[in-house]
Amino acid sequence: MNSKSYSLFLKDFKSELRTRYAINALAMFIIVAISVILFSVGQEKISKNLSGGLFWVVIFFTAMSGLSRAFVSEEERGTALTLQLIAAPSTVFSGKLIFNIILVFAMNTVIAILYSAMFEAFIIKNFLLFLVSFVLGNIGLAVSSTIIAAIIAKAGAKGTLYPVLSFPILLPLILTSVQLTLFAIDGTSFERAKFELAIVVSYDVIMLTASYMLFDFIWKE
Amino acid sequence: MTNYSVEAVGLNKSFGRRLIFNDLQFKFDKAGVYGISGPNGSGKSTLVRIIAGIIGASKGKIIHKLNDKEILEEQLHNHIGFVSPYLVLYEEFSAFENFKLFAEIRGVKFNQERVDYLLNKFLLFKRKDDLLKTYSSGMKQRVKFIFALMHSPQLLILDEPTSNLDDEGKGSVYELVKEEGQNSIVLIASNEKHDLENCSDIVYLGKYKN
Repeated sequence: MNSKSYSLFLKDFKSELRTRYAINALAMFIIVAISVILFSVGQEKISKNLSGGLFWVVIFFTAMSGLSRAFVSEEERGTALTLQLIAAPSTVFSGKLIFNIILVFAMNTVIAILYSAMFEAFIIKNFLLFLVSFVLGNIGLAVSSTIIAAIIAKAGAKGTLYPVLSFPILLPLILTSVQLTLFAIDGTSFERAKFELAIVVSYDVIMLTASYMLFDFIWKE
Repeated sequence: MTNYSVEAVGLNKSFGRRLIFNDLQFKFDKAGVYGISGPNGSGKSTLVRIIAGIIGASKGKIIHKLNDKEILEEQLHNHIGFVSPYLVLYEEFSAFENFKLFAEIRGVKFNQERVDYLLNKFLLFKRKDDLLKTYSSGMKQRVKFIFALMHSPQLLILDEPTSNLDDEGKGSVYELVKEEGQNSIVLIASNEKHDLENCSDIVYLGKYKN
C-alpha cells in the first residue's frame, strides 16, 4: 500500500461524505437489525451463546448491505473506466480495501457499543480476547467483502449475488469469530482459544493473498 | 518528436463466438495523427480499449515502447490520455478537484500551470470550481479532454472525440489534434469524415473480419 492507494482512499472518503452511498445504508441497517432483535426477544432472557451468535449475524448482514458499494458505485456511475485509466489494479484494490477496513471498523464498533448497551447477556469477561478476535474478524470481513464486491460489480443482479456469494466465503470466518466471541464472554484464556485464533489469522492471510492475485483478472475485463 | 511507439501484433478479439476483428497488425512509431475507422460494430471502441490496456485481447498483443523499452502494464496509464463518450468523471467533485485527485492517484505532481492553461484553452476556467454535475454534456466532454491531456501523455486516444460538441467545440478539438500530433501520437477512432481529415494513416477495421 502506498501514497497512491491512500489518495484513492481519500477520494472515496470525500465522495462518501458527499454522496452518502454506504453510510446511510449501513446506519439504517444497524438500527433496524438491533431494533428487530430487541422487539422479537421482548422480555425473554437470551442465553450467552445466542447473544454471541446474534452479534455476528447483525455484523454479517450489515456488511452485506453496504460494503459492496466500494466497487458497485463505480460501476453504476460509470467511473470504473476512469479508475482503470489512472491507476494500476493493485492501487485500486488497496485503496478500496483501506476504505472498507475503516468502514467495517466504524460500523462494527457502533454495533458492539449498541449491542452491549441493549443486551444484558452480552458481557465480555476476557476483553483482550474479544478485542483481538474483533480486529482479526473485521480485517477478514473487509478483505472478503472487497474482493467479492469487485467480482459482483460487473454482474447483473448485484443485490442478490453479493450475499449469495459472500455466505460460503465468509462462513468459516463467521463461525470461528462466533466461537471466539463466546470464549470472550465465558472468560476463556488465550491459551485455549489458540486454535480458533490461528484459523482466523490464516483466513485473513489467505484471503488477502488470493485477493491481490485475483484482482488483476477481475478488474481487467 | 516522440520516442514512443504502439504496435499491434496479430491482434484478435472475440466476444463469445462473435469475432470482432482478426489478425490485426499496425505500428505507429512517429508523432502524428492516426485514425481507426470502420462501420458500426466493427470494434473501434473495443480496439481503443485494448490499446489503452482496459480490456485484454483474445489473441495477439499490443506493445507500447518508450525509448525502445517496453512499458510495463502497471505503468501504462501514466503514458496514455483517453477520451470517449462512455468515460465518466466524478460528478460530486468540481473539475479542479477531479484533476487534483487524478494527479494524486496517478502518483504524479499536480501541474497547476498546465491545468490552468488547459482550462483556459477549453473555456472552463471560470467554472473550474463548480461541481461537474452542474455542467452541460458539451462542457463535460471538454473536461474529459483536460483529463486526458493534463499529464502530457505520449499517446492520446480519442474515441468519437467530437460527440456532444457544437461547431466551436469541434473546431477546438481539431486544432488540439493538430497541435498534439506534432509531439505525440494521436489515435482517433471515429466514423466522422471531418474527425479523420488530419490522419496520415487510417486502420480500417472492416478488413479484419476473417
